[in-house]
Amino acid sequence: MFSSFMVNAWQAGSIVAVVAGVVGFFVVLRGSAFPAHAIPNGAFAGAAGANLIGVNTLVGLGVFALGAALGIGRLSRRGRADAVTALALVMMLALGAAFLSQSVEYEPEIYSLLFGEILGVSSSQILPVLVLAVACVLAVAALYRRLLLSSIAPEIASARGLRTERIETIFLVIIAAATTMTVPVVGALLIFTLMIGPPAAARCFTNRAGVALGLSVAIALATIWGSLAVAYLTNWPVGFFVGGFSFGWFVLGRLYAAWRRAHLSPRPVVIGA
Amino acid sequence: MHVALVIGAVAAVVSAVVGVFTVVRGQSFAGHALTDVATTGGSGAFVLNISPLSGFLGAAIFGAGAMELVGVQRVRGRDLATGVVLGAATGLAALFLFLDTTRFATTGATQTILFGSIFTVASSTIPTVAVFSAATIAVIAVIYRPLLLSSFSADLAAARGISLRTVGLLFMLALAVSVGLSSIAIGSVLSTALLIGPAAAALRVTRSLAGALALACGLGVATVWLGVLLAYDSFYWFPNSQGLPVSSFIVALIFAAYLLSGLPVLRRRGERGRTAHGARELSRVGTA
Repeated sequence: MFSSFMVNAWQAGSIVAVVAGVVGFFVVLRGSAFPAHAIPNGAFAGAAGANLIGVNTLVGLGVFALGAALGIGRLSRRGRADAVTALALVMMLALGAAFLSQSVEYEPEIYSLLFGEILGVSSSQILPVLVLAVACVLAVAALYRRLLLSSIAPEIASARGLRTERIETIFLVIIAAATTMTVPVVGALLIFTLMIGPPAAARCFTNRAGVALGLSVAIALATIWGSLAVAYLTNWPVGFFVGGFSFGWFVLGRLYAAWRRAHLSPRPVVIGA
Repeated sequence: MHVALVIGAVAAVVSAVVGVFTVVRGQSFAGHALTDVATTGGSGAFVLNISPLSGFLGAAIFGAGAMELVGVQRVRGRDLATGVVLGAATGLAALFLFLDTTRFATTGATQTILFGSIFTVASSTIPTVAVFSAATIAVIAVIYRPLLLSSFSADLAAARGISLRTVGLLFMLALAVSVGLSSIAIGSVLSTALLIGPAAAALRVTRSLAGALALACGLGVATVWLGVLLAYDSFYWFPNSQGLPVSSFIVALIFAAYLLSGLPVLRRRGERGRTAHGARELSRVGTA
């Protein structure tokens, strides 16, 4: 379980989990689940395009993720945010389909971009992932108070002179950066699962923001470690276990919240709900 | 070719009708997520060796029920519930596609399931699609007034004794059937595009809901047919005679239509607010 290729998987998985836990906490708090799904999925088209013209996959992912973040941020000022997000997503996927039709890409490559190949991470991939991860976490740390205030009480935030629209765009760019680094490792679909399940569960266990953030990272780490171990033992895809464990944590969290509501007073206030 | 045009038009009309309410209710994420949930069902059907159609429809309906069950009435909570269900479905999809490709060697399954192809639809599926489409539109027609009222003003609807839960659930079922059908007929990407694009564009241009419904249907059918024509033509565009996929054309046309609908000339009549839009419909429903 700890042979050389698995060591890379453990390292990459742990980095991804920390970032997903931190960024995902705000995704859940802000109700940005849709952009968090659309940006990684759309960025997948960038990877297909990069393959077609023969540049590094990370460049294609980065350009498309950033374009999606800025495009969604810009267009949703003048339209319904969720409809704009849906349209941006399908536009990028349509581009991806056009790229794929022109290239000789074969099946397993598509599967691995969507579901990742964490067991195939090479040690040269770890460094760029680590750099982007540190950048993401630092960006969230620098914006922590402003992000928190504009998520929980947007009216108070704008009354205090915070430009909430700009914060939203910056946050989308943070999602884009997190996406660029994680898609090659865990795939476009699974990074979304990791950004939603563990933080949503963490929020049920506590109503203090700092504690919930820490718990979110811890649950994300537990999910990815557990998934890697079970996948190694069973030979089934890691993605299945990541999805299953994340969902399990969420159910557990909801059950705990329901139990606490019934047995404890005063009633707990789940932040942002 | 004929099959593609017919199926495309039927899917466009049903998607547009359901889509207008989806956009008004702010459920675009659920509408998109259900395509992914439906495709999970499709890949599961490969494994279980049942018909893909029942896989797509079954998964979409089950997913919609789960979202409505987990979901809270507030929009944020609803998006989160959608996300959680989508995440679980994604995990299952990873397993199903893995089993498909390793055990059954159905190469191309991933791509077909994700992007679909309007050109590979068998003409035998037309009756099934037509029946389910008619049923979806019938459900929407039956719950039209309560749905309208609860979409624009949940409080008012509740005060008039409308069960928000029932209306919400019925709408989610209609959405699930429409999305499940269109994702098997035209692929999941195109399904979301046809659901959200024409409806969002129409709602920016016109102020009346009936007008938006008609405009969205027309826009949907027009983009599908134009896209199919362009895709045929694109075989001659490149020296390697490798055409571009039809879904790319249709989505590009829809996206262009949405951007155009934001032009000041067109916007002047509609949008001036969602509030004006809602108020007029409300007064109409309220007095009826």
